[in-house]
Amino acid sequence: MIRFENVTKRYKDQGSAALSGVDLTIESGEFAFLVGPSGSGKSTFMRLLLREEKATGGRVMFNDKDLAKLRRFRVPGHRRKIGAVFQDFRLLPEKTVTQNIAFALEVIGAPRSKVKESVAEALQMVGLSEVAERKPGQLSGGEQQRVAIARAFVNKPPLLIADEPTGNLDPATSLGIMRLLDRINKTGTTVIMATHDAAIVDLMRKRVIELVDGKVIRDEARGVYGYAG
Amino acid sequence: MTIAVILTVAVSLTLFGTGLLVRGQVEAMKDYWYDRVEVSVFLCGQASDPKICPAGAITAAQRTATEAKLKALTPTVEGVFYESQKEAFDRFKQQFKDSPILANVTPASMPESFRVKLGNPEDFAVVATALQSLPGVEQVQDQRKLLEKFFKLLNGLQLIALGIAAAMLLVTVLLVVNTMRVAAFSRRRETGIMKLVGASNLYIQLPFVLEAALAAALGGLLAVGAIAAEKALLVDKVLEPSFRFTAFVGWPEVYKVMIIIFVTGVVLASGAALLTVRRYLRV
Repeated sequence: MIRFENVTKRYKDQGSAALSGVDLTIESGEFAFLVGPSGSGKSTFMRLLLREEKATGGRVMFNDKDLAKLRRFRVPGHRRKIGAVFQDFRLLPEKTVTQNIAFALEVIGAPRSKVKESVAEALQMVGLSEVAERKPGQLSGGEQQRVAIARAFVNKPPLLIADEPTGNLDPATSLGIMRLLDRINKTGTTVIMATHDAAIVDLMRKRVIELVDGKVIRDEARGVYGYAG
Repeated sequence: MTIAVILTVAVSLTLFGTGLLVRGQVEAMKDYWYDRVEVSVFLCGQASDPKICPAGAITAAQRTATEAKLKALTPTVEGVFYESQKEAFDRFKQQFKDSPILANVTPASMPESFRVKLGNPEDFAVVATALQSLPGVEQVQDQRKLLEKFFKLLNGLQLIALGIAAAMLLVTVLLVVNTMRVAAFSRRRETGIMKLVGASNLYIQLPFVLEAALAAALGGLLAVGAIAAEKALLVDKVLEPSFRFTAFVGWPEVYKVMIIIFVTGVVLASGAALLTVRRYLRV
């Protein structure tokens, strides 16, 4: 589903490359952790997938289509195939939980009935049916992230990317989020999760892709976070 | 922010509309006056310059010959009217009825003339050459030339008025651009999330453009009101009664101007907004 063919990304005013010679394949339905120190290129990896940036070298293939060749007006359509979750939740503070989740459906022009149905389903999946009418400011971090995940998943996209989703959460809550993402993965959704959370990575034993200075130094099927020290 | 846009649009559209009205007014005056001007063929009288009229006053035979010559010049000449010295004197008396000069003027001091209405005002030269050399003709005067200087001045004023209006429209466009930039920046969180979930560019940009269009429409309404006030209060109540000798721009023309400025305002603002948000809200 995703293929990075010798991808290099150099930002305009920076000397060194954010990503350098990244070459890997992620199949549909896989779950992959993306680990590495800050600045190693994890966020850049995500941005390339979302077509927020274009690769300066090599090709990023999504469902056998070169993302760089995507015409600008087709980018929104591409992004609808990807659910994205971030460390800072990125919810609209003035909208309720329901409205926040529904937003993802409204922008694609879904009919009102479908919106109601899908939102209810998503709320149930993340376990937030009770707080549907609250606003983000009235929720805990963990709850906010669940809303974000519900919004990311409500359209049942083929790919879900999570950029340090547990970064602002305590260990117990982080585990809950992790289990949620695992459940989503089991429905057939490809999940790529960038993280610093060593405990979770070690616990789940999924594919681990390790980035250091923009290069892939490790790609293990059932890996752990890293070597000691 | 939007209040600033509304007011700026209102002011610049009012200036633009006023400039257009001034143009309409000048056209109306031109139409009125060019319709009325004629060629005047002044005939020799007792008071004429001996160098031009060596034989003194015009004779009856010469007068008939001159009139025949004029009438023969159709279709260049549309109409010929004779004004005797007495008639000239009566007209003079009426125009200057309160003036002290009247005491010193007698019918004998007034010139006789043929007033010639031309089919095409450009053909003055034809009449001039035909008549200038006739005995008894003192002077062939193209009254248009007098008016031309006056209208040249008016044209100049007109250009200045439109120049100011154009500058104001530019100011408005710049204000809209800046307002949109600020709006796009202050709403970057919302638009960022919209981009993330895959909203199309139009979905993201349209609200901004509509905001600008609405502000321009409100400003446009204010401008339309101002133009109507100009016509109803300034032209109809002040200018027209004071200057009875010319035509003034009418309501149909004013309505046309109103539509033009309103549409210009909305289109200009929407266009400026669209170009700006497209630039600052790139996917």
